[in-house]
Amino acid sequence: MIAFTVNKETVEVDADGNMPLLWALRDLLKMTGTKFGCGIAQCGACTVHLDGQAIRACVMPISAVAGKSVTTIEGMPKDASHPVQQAWMEHNVPQCGYCQSGQIMSAVALLAQNPNPNDVDIDNFMQGNICRCGTYPRIKAAIKSAAVNAKVLGNTAYNYDLANNVGGEV
Amino acid sequence: MSASNILHKVSRRDFLKLSGIAGGGLVLGAVLPSIAPVWASSNNNSTNELNIFVSIDTDSTINIVCHRSEMGQGIRTGIPQIVAEELCADWSKVNVIQGLANEAYGSQNTDGSRSIRRFYDTMRHMGAAARSMLEQAGAEFWQVPIETVHADNGFVLHKLSKRKLSFGYLAEKAARLTPPALETLTFRSPSDFKIIGKPIASVDMQKFVTGDTIFGQDVQLDDMLYASIERCPVIGGKVKTFDKTASMQVVGVADVMQMPEQSLPAIFKPINGVAVLANNTWAAMQGRKALNIEWDLGANQSHDSDSYLADLKSNIVNKGKVIRSDGDAYGALENAKQTIDATYTMPYLVHAPMEPPAATAVVKDGECELWACTQTPQSTQQNVAAALGIDKSKVKVNVTLLGGGFGRKSKPDFSVEAALLAKHSGKPVKVVWSREDDIRSGYYHAISAQHFQAGLDENMQVSSWLQRTAFPSISWTFSGTTDEPQNDETSLGFGDVPFNIANISCETHKATGHIRIGWVRSVSNIHHGFALGSFVDEVATAAGQSTQLMWHKLIGEDRFVDPSKQGYKYDNYGESLDKFPIDTKRLKATLDLVVEKSGANSITPEGEGWGISVHRSFVSCVAVATKVRVADGKVTVLEMHSAIDAGTIVNPDRVRSQQEGSMVFGLSISLMGEITVKNGAVVQSNFHDYPMLRMQQSPKIVSYIVPSDAVPGGVGEPGVPPVAASVANAIFHASGTRIRELPVNKHFTV
Repeated sequence: MIAFTVNKETVEVDADGNMPLLWALRDLLKMTGTKFGCGIAQCGACTVHLDGQAIRACVMPISAVAGKSVTTIEGMPKDASHPVQQAWMEHNVPQCGYCQSGQIMSAVALLAQNPNPNDVDIDNFMQGNICRCGTYPRIKAAIKSAAVNAKVLGNTAYNYDLANNVGGEV
Repeated sequence: MSASNILHKVSRRDFLKLSGIAGGGLVLGAVLPSIAPVWASSNNNSTNELNIFVSIDTDSTINIVCHRSEMGQGIRTGIPQIVAEELCADWSKVNVIQGLANEAYGSQNTDGSRSIRRFYDTMRHMGAAARSMLEQAGAEFWQVPIETVHADNGFVLHKLSKRKLSFGYLAEKAARLTPPALETLTFRSPSDFKIIGKPIASVDMQKFVTGDTIFGQDVQLDDMLYASIERCPVIGGKVKTFDKTASMQVVGVADVMQMPEQSLPAIFKPINGVAVLANNTWAAMQGRKALNIEWDLGANQSHDSDSYLADLKSNIVNKGKVIRSDGDAYGALENAKQTIDATYTMPYLVHAPMEPPAATAVVKDGECELWACTQTPQSTQQNVAAALGIDKSKVKVNVTLLGGGFGRKSKPDFSVEAALLAKHSGKPVKVVWSREDDIRSGYYHAISAQHFQAGLDENMQVSSWLQRTAFPSISWTFSGTTDEPQNDETSLGFGDVPFNIANISCETHKATGHIRIGWVRSVSNIHHGFALGSFVDEVATAAGQSTQLMWHKLIGEDRFVDPSKQGYKYDNYGESLDKFPIDTKRLKATLDLVVEKSGANSITPEGEGWGISVHRSFVSCVAVATKVRVADGKVTVLEMHSAIDAGTIVNPDRVRSQQEGSMVFGLSISLMGEITVKNGAVVQSNFHDYPMLRMQQSPKIVSYIVPSDAVPGGVGEPGVPPVAASVANAIFHASGTRIRELPVNKHFTV
């Protein structure tokens, strides 16, 4: 049994320690918001937070997750009230939507590190997330909107704690 | 739809069966049949048979069935917008139900950029008929003349007495009425539209940003097994022997099964191979790695894409089979003052949707229920039924969201795999394609070569035009024998070249298939658009004229072009030329708009350049202007602008997003798209060697919609064809280097 927390809830999985976190989430815990895109950390569809850092769940063995804290897209507010979710809706970012869980989790992690990213910062951080539908211009615009909105709200939506605990109050 | 169509009412039972509500987990048992279903059915023997359903709950929820597949184009929003507009509905009350596979809907093949253009009228009929019934119910309730009531924003109003009743209140009464005859329906004036033409957000938006959407890969059933299949790397190859011992020892592996052996033609049959079934995907993948399979690779193992392309390229300079001609192209070329010729090539491409194919099936008691990210629910139903040896009425196909499609998910091979494995195991089975499976075992856009020649007279006017194309046909996949481009492929941006040139010859060359060839977003327009758009730029350069002016001269005066007048059997995307003409005025205007808006005629600094192209496909016109910088052997795409004339627009934001996406899709193809084949097997395997455009390569992108009240044209695909030519032309104008062999990364860093 390997124990860790997912969106603040403690879970235990009975599986080979080499199993990537992605498949533990999707098949064992039935949390399918985190997507399978490539299996080799090339596309970012499976991006989740591990102790607040954006990682690719498809190459993270669950043995390395033991005792740690995982945040997935399901940990984002269900009412879509997080500034990143709000910005995604404001810009109508998704097309097919498949990569967007990973895009959103990367964007939340980026803004946690850098609350005011410029174009180059966004390119550098988001270049690991492929969108075959081509929503890049809207993702970039949405990240900038989210940064502005978070400041207007006067909150700390992107500090480390909240990125690690995105289900909390924003 | 012809006026002879009639509107039928269907029973609640039929409605539930067709709409999938009963199987969708919605609790309707406690709800009375407060349904006002209307259903139009074509009885004019048209191939475009149409059906759709509207139902209204007593709480005024308006259920609208979307019978087309959602893959990012926004159809689950667009189809209901049309119905809701004519219904005078309150958009906030609309609930979208994904239709099951059923022929009663008419075609559900979500391809060919035709959901809106084929169903715009029908959806208006559906909405107008439902509105008419509600108005009649209101008039009867109040005992007032029908002329004195009207529907507005979810209510029926009687203005004289200042009374109103909600749609929900009237729903049951309306459902008991006889549906109106089609001829009696009235339609809202476009100037009054409140929902059509508005940038309404996706009906799935909130689920997208909370991770609650269900794609084909996400389907979970109790006691389900997960399957990973090792497929023969060469099409037509077979399993000679296999040893499953090591696989069965992997923890979690439940079973190993050889797929029923298939022979060519490939059609939609599963590729020969061995499946590993396990209680999770990871275990299935590990078990698969432990398989020991000896293959009989078959005849196609001799296929090598490099030598194949070299052969196409050397043959294409010779005269081919003439499919369209006028005047004497060869004679005029001989007499020309100057001739220009060029050969263009493109490699194989693959769709690579972000969601690899996946399907889940249960086979029990001679029936099958399937969940799949399919673009073709009915073809899925038919192919699954045939593979299981049961009637298609025994196959229920649930359509999930599609994590991208681009044509890959038009092919139901993965659903057939799931059904065969579910039958074998007796348990629900989900077949999970990996990215490697998707790249190596796909249906590929054809490798191709095009050759162009033009003659200029003493006045630098184009006096002759010769164009040839060669590529393995999609039909090979279905016949196993087709060895030349087919009419439905040359109709895509080649035989329909809308030029006003006295001497013209359009020709094809032989090319046979060795891997599964399939349709990829915009299909043959991809290579035809690249070659044509590049060659026009080359001719303009040779003639010392602007590319925009050269397009104008070649296209000629404002008129409707009919390629059949030059002996060519032209398909026009299955549409009549009367309704969807090749309108040269609109084509030129689209180009002019993008040039004007982008500033593509402006002077650029050293090392920078603009490229333009324009292309009609899927009965819409799209022009693209691209600006690049070429420095130190590296191409940087700085800006892309795209203008579309697709007639009437239902949702401008989703049209813009398709334009944006088409530019990015086209850039991936232009800059980096290349599948190669060695010893009959695809060399690439994942995004490290079949790269997609990434954020840092994505330029400033701008899209424009040409205002139009013409009938709606296609949107999902027409944005792609002009992209590659605009990029290659921009590189030429920036650097002087003409790229005739795609992708660009063969020549430059990108």
